[in-house]
Amino acid sequence: MRELLTGWGRTAPTAATVHRVSSVADVVADVRSPARAVLARGLGRCYGDAAQSAGGRVMSTLRLSDVELDEQRGTAVVGAGCSVDDLLRHVVPRGWFVPVTPGTRFVTIGGAIAADVHGKNHHVDGTFGRHVRWLELVDGSGEVRRLSPTEDPQAFWATVGGLGLTGVVTRAEISLRRVGSSWMRVTTARAGDLGALMTGLREHDRRFRYTVAWIDLMSRGAALGRGVLTSGDHAPGPDVLERGVRDPLAYAPTARAAMPALPCSVVNRPGGRAFNALWFRRAPQLQEAALQPLAAFFHPLDGVRSWNRAYGPRGFLQYQFVVPDGREDVIEDTVGALQRAGTPAFLAVLKRFGPAGPAPLSFPRPGWTLAMDLPVGVADTLARVLDTLDARVAAAGGAVYLVKDARCRPDLLAAMYPRLDEWRAVRARLDPSGRFSSDLSRRLAL
Amino acid sequence: MIDALGRPQSVLLIGGTSEIGLAIVRALPPERLRRVVLLGRDAERIDLAGKTLRQGALAEAGVETVVTRAEASADHGSVLDALFDAGDVDVVVLAMGALGDQAAAEADPRQAVDTAQATFVGPLSLMLHTGRRLAGQGHGVLVVLSSVAGRQARRRNYVYGAAKAGLDLAALGMADQLHGSGARVLVVRPGFVRTRMTAGLPVPPLAADVDEVARAVVAGIRARRTVVYTPAVFRAVAAALVVLPRAVLRRLPF
Repeated sequence: MRELLTGWGRTAPTAATVHRVSSVADVVADVRSPARAVLARGLGRCYGDAAQSAGGRVMSTLRLSDVELDEQRGTAVVGAGCSVDDLLRHVVPRGWFVPVTPGTRFVTIGGAIAADVHGKNHHVDGTFGRHVRWLELVDGSGEVRRLSPTEDPQAFWATVGGLGLTGVVTRAEISLRRVGSSWMRVTTARAGDLGALMTGLREHDRRFRYTVAWIDLMSRGAALGRGVLTSGDHAPGPDVLERGVRDPLAYAPTARAAMPALPCSVVNRPGGRAFNALWFRRAPQLQEAALQPLAAFFHPLDGVRSWNRAYGPRGFLQYQFVVPDGREDVIEDTVGALQRAGTPAFLAVLKRFGPAGPAPLSFPRPGWTLAMDLPVGVADTLARVLDTLDARVAAAGGAVYLVKDARCRPDLLAAMYPRLDEWRAVRARLDPSGRFSSDLSRRLAL
Repeated sequence: MIDALGRPQSVLLIGGTSEIGLAIVRALPPERLRRVVLLGRDAERIDLAGKTLRQGALAEAGVETVVTRAEASADHGSVLDALFDAGDVDVVVLAMGALGDQAAAEADPRQAVDTAQATFVGPLSLMLHTGRRLAGQGHGVLVVLSSVAGRQARRRNYVYGAAKAGLDLAALGMADQLHGSGARVLVVRPGFVRTRMTAGLPVPPLAADVDEVARAVVAGIRARRTVVYTPAVFRAVAAALVVLPRAVLRRLPF
């Protein structure tokens, strides 16, 4: 059936024939079908157009959702369409956690591999791809391959972070982390300006497995770039019992509210400024080792279902980039440039990355990453500002995160991803006739 | 692909020498445009228009020119198929038409037939072929240049008005046909626009120039709208004209 598809940002809808595949054989048949293009799609949480393929055949992987936990090996063999949410509900009560989770648990394992997602523990544990033992891929000829860091590593690492363009991942074995409880021990600290925030992040990275900073892009003057650091570690079971929790591994997160469909965006400048000021003041000056449930720490936004509707029918985009250490000036200039452009930005997040992984198209590399949600309302100004930022980021040796992209400059791609041609060569081997394409790959001529 | 900020990478102008059409092509954000196709009847004038575009902001984009005639409806399918087979088209601007001479048409109805052919029948055929291809590729915007002249019958230009009314109705129908297909239609209803086509005519109030129309179209594409009036006040004017009694309408000075 033809369906209109968009990413989480709800910009640029295009139509494709959506097929809910329930077996590897279904995937093979689709790849070999006469459709003009094929692509796998999970929960569509990429912000831009990475999980849609106009006029093509889009395979929804959501029925490929089996989970087999192997407590001996400390791994799970998971269907590509299984969400991190489902996986956590399955493994947390048994004392396991995913090795890496992005800011939402509503992503599929296939998507997490294709985007090589990162989380608050990147500085310690790297990206999701590093914890994949092996994966099963249906390539562009419809052949089923088993890939791992030792079995055709080139193809494996081209698929990790490969944006679904090397084939369809159908299942994978993921290493899990032992946890003693479903709670986090969290330290929260306010930082009054950008400098203090960056110093705080560096310091917290040495002390905690998980760190992130929320940054207020709308405050002005001396408070420019103020923010709140949230860092933590898994709380040991006994600690949780001590505080009167009966079942330390109980895990059943629910959404507390749902955003209704709105005729227009409610994210505007006064609203954004008020919200950000409130958020800043709500945070304690310093609070150490407070207990927080997993979901509240890792996935706070999942508490409001369909929160993307707050941006109205025209949608929003997320701009996330990384620049190496020593180029903090790009972060500072970005904050200034967005302020001058009068672009409201709720929910901006600053984090430090650890070493880069082996995947050629993987986004994280050592340095600073800044991510922000921007309504497309002021499209003209936003287009100019972001195109200028692209150039600064590329010149600084940084990159824009492709799985969140919806508007990047195609001419800067090779500068941002210096191993692009190496990746293209492997993709050409896995998909010689170019069966896999997405709106993103067409737009950026990947 | 049209990106999240409404910037297309390819555009096809049907009526490749149309001043409004070319102004729309020039008003599109140039930084993502890679392919521009001009399609029209007069090879020499089309080539000239292509050259002018290449010398301007679109030096980076590939500009192609294709010749076809409005009345050659048997060829329209293959001409458009070849264009779409060579690569997806993000924006198609249908800007074909002829104002004609109302008095001459009344004296010699064959001229009215020519106007209808150039403004309605030919464009209708091209529009239907375009819609089929846009639906197939699952994305894209078809911009149809209608006119406020098609909103109400006026003594001074009803032949042209009737042709535009027909095209406008078909375009709205196609907007519904394409609903859910990923492709969209944007019907543009300008008032009097100062162009070669209207040179020498008395200029009524609220006349616009081509760049104003072009800017409204680009904003309409970005906002994913179905109908835009230029200037915007014509939405109200057109609504008023529709409810005005004919006896009053006849006496209006413009």
